[in-house]
Amino acid sequence: MSDYNFAYLDEQTKRMIRRAILKGLAIPGYQVPFASREMPMPYGWGTGGVQVSAATLTPDDTFKVIDQGADDTTNAVSIRKFFEKTAGVATTEETSAASVIQTRHRIPEDELREDQILVYQVPIPEPLRFLEPSEVETRKMHSLEEYGLMHVKLYEDIAKHGAIATSYAYPVKVEGRYVMDPSPIPKFDNPKMEMAGIQLFGAGREQRIYALPPYCQVVSLDFDDFPFEASKADHACDMCGATDSYLDEVIMDDAGNRMFVCSDTDYCASRRKAGHVGAQGTPFEEDAA
Amino acid sequence: MTPLLQVQNISKFYGHRIGCQDVNFDLYPGEVMGIVGESGSGKSTLLNCLAGFLTPETGEVRFEMRDGEMRDTVTMSEPERRMLSRTDWAFVHQHARDGLRMNVSAGGNVGERLMAVGARHYGNIRAEAVDWLGRVEISEERVDDRPTQFSGGMQQRLQIARNLVTGPRLVFMDEPTGGLDVSVQARLLDLLRGLVREMGLSAIIVTHDLAVVRLLADRLMVMKDGHVVETGLTDQVLDDPQHAYTQLLVSSVLQV
Amino acid sequence: MIEIRNLSKTFTLHNQGGAVIPVMHGAELVVAPGECVALTGASGAGKSTLMRMIYGNYLAAGGSIVVDGVDVVQAEPREILALRRDVLGYVSQFLRVVPRVPTVDVVAEPLLAVGAEGEAARAKARELLARLNIPERLWSLSPTSFSGGEQQRVNIARGFAHDYPAMLLDEPTASLDATNRETVLSLIEEAKARGAAIVGIFHDEAARARVCDREIDVSIYTPGLTAGAA
Repeated sequence: MSDYNFAYLDEQTKRMIRRAILKGLAIPGYQVPFASREMPMPYGWGTGGVQVSAATLTPDDTFKVIDQGADDTTNAVSIRKFFEKTAGVATTEETSAASVIQTRHRIPEDELREDQILVYQVPIPEPLRFLEPSEVETRKMHSLEEYGLMHVKLYEDIAKHGAIATSYAYPVKVEGRYVMDPSPIPKFDNPKMEMAGIQLFGAGREQRIYALPPYCQVVSLDFDDFPFEASKADHACDMCGATDSYLDEVIMDDAGNRMFVCSDTDYCASRRKAGHVGAQGTPFEEDAA
Repeated sequence: MTPLLQVQNISKFYGHRIGCQDVNFDLYPGEVMGIVGESGSGKSTLLNCLAGFLTPETGEVRFEMRDGEMRDTVTMSEPERRMLSRTDWAFVHQHARDGLRMNVSAGGNVGERLMAVGARHYGNIRAEAVDWLGRVEISEERVDDRPTQFSGGMQQRLQIARNLVTGPRLVFMDEPTGGLDVSVQARLLDLLRGLVREMGLSAIIVTHDLAVVRLLADRLMVMKDGHVVETGLTDQVLDDPQHAYTQLLVSSVLQV
Repeated sequence: MIEIRNLSKTFTLHNQGGAVIPVMHGAELVVAPGECVALTGASGAGKSTLMRMIYGNYLAAGGSIVVDGVDVVQAEPREILALRRDVLGYVSQFLRVVPRVPTVDVVAEPLLAVGAEGEAARAKARELLARLNIPERLWSLSPTSFSGGEQQRVNIARGFAHDYPAMLLDEPTASLDATNRETVLSLIEEAKARGAAIVGIFHDEAARARVCDREIDVSIYTPGLTAGAA
């Protein structure tokens, strides 16, 4: 434990954020304004997610942070260290061992349980933003359920590319009411949002919190003749051989060699530990890293 | 026959200044009414009060809903009024960029109102958009172009298509031919006349161009300083004006 | 069909010192179906004014003008428009059309307005244009570029496209050659034969004598003028 208050934020701020979270859970998909605080990191590095995590964590929690699915990127490591230092909570890289998971742009491949909370970092919470620049107008559109514009965006996609080209931050309708930006997760993850765990979304710069309670209905918007498709690279993981996980494409050298690997590092590692080997992979060794 | 729109005692003030005062009229199905007057006469204020963009201080704007009931659109709830303005009402702005989404393709612009009322089949939406582009004389191959790539006349025709695609019953037009070349104006006027007749539209057209109202409007309302000074059959008001201001207005038109 | 009682008209020129000019007083006229009445009188006696008042184009100061049961003096704009659409035709001396509309559509428009089917209306329009010797190559062009005589014939074709029960004709034969004049007179006779009530202004005396049943000298209703003064 350090000289910081538990989890960095003062208790009053955490209460304010918890109230916003509870309101968000009560009105799934609705963007609740909150008084976002300055955090010791720049906007765009997950200040919203960090504040939500800070208000959610208890001393008994086990915390995991992923960035694009990986536990070992700068952003993930920094945030994990931040809470190790300010909250003294246990941390893990194992999805199933974590009780609170903060994520940037992915949902873990392992199915989450009812006792787990997923906290998303959100850059732009307003799904209508790029079509209607006025916040006054977009809030009115949400309140009056005027969502025709959202389909205009998908229409434009098909008109331009022959298919819905939106591949991340793919808009969803929650419980038949609010249209919500799922944060820039790949649309491959959209179907996973109907899950047992609680999902909380924090946008620090935009000062918005929204949430999905467990087992909430989340429908990806589409057209009857262009149905939603949760797509991924048509490939297997070159490390672990998984065919059901979301893949990153990695350029290996100047000769154009590349490989596809699971973006969820924990998922990949646990598969390799269990003996799975991909096309370019080597058998797992405990101290390989 | 019952009126489609009943306007009763509409007044709108800007502080102590009069926007428009005590305006009354009935509009019947299929009727096209012109409102003329100089800049500052209150004609645009009145139009904006009728279309729900401004809230008048007094008065009622009663509209015949699809179930036949007359409802005051000034006091109805905002969701209901906004629903009206995407279904039964249309508004053609003077400047097309006020009425179009400039960064959305022509097809998307026309399709928006369809999607807003629940259309979810891309192929059908697109077919309808292409059909409407044809009706306003924009070729099918422009369906994926943005309005920024269109001429002023085409933008205005696109705006009309975007508005009429849901089959509205009442169209508000604010200087629909303003700022267009005369040859482009003529084409637009002819188009509007045809659509009004085919669709049995009722329309309220605000303009300062008397030639436009002579060709488009059945009836005329002349406004000055926020007040209605004269009303009547369009050709009667223009050929035999009764009020001093109307006489001045008519005699001030330059002869070609 | 047309019944005018005690009709009066004044013009008030607000922008010229508020001068009030009385132009008609106590006018009376009854026209029965199948009858053609000529308005006569000197230039400025009020022939055109009376005609325009019947059409609702000028506002009467007093009296009544009942056409097919509708008092034009009191009627709402939409009632007058309905009257003009269904009952009362008017062939003026000037053609006023939307630029760029083809001649055949200009002529067919009155028929379309009363709900005729598009192709039937255009067939009737072509028939009338042919009768009035408008060359077929011009039919698809806008009449705005036509000569004065051609425009007048297009105007007549348009006026006779729908079989109006009442018609107003302002100099229908002026400046027409003998062949076309003959065609127009036949059109008027045919209209009378089907029962149309017609009020016309004809400077062409022979034409007037041939198609008109009566003449009314409107000078008698002109304040300050006496009948036959011209």
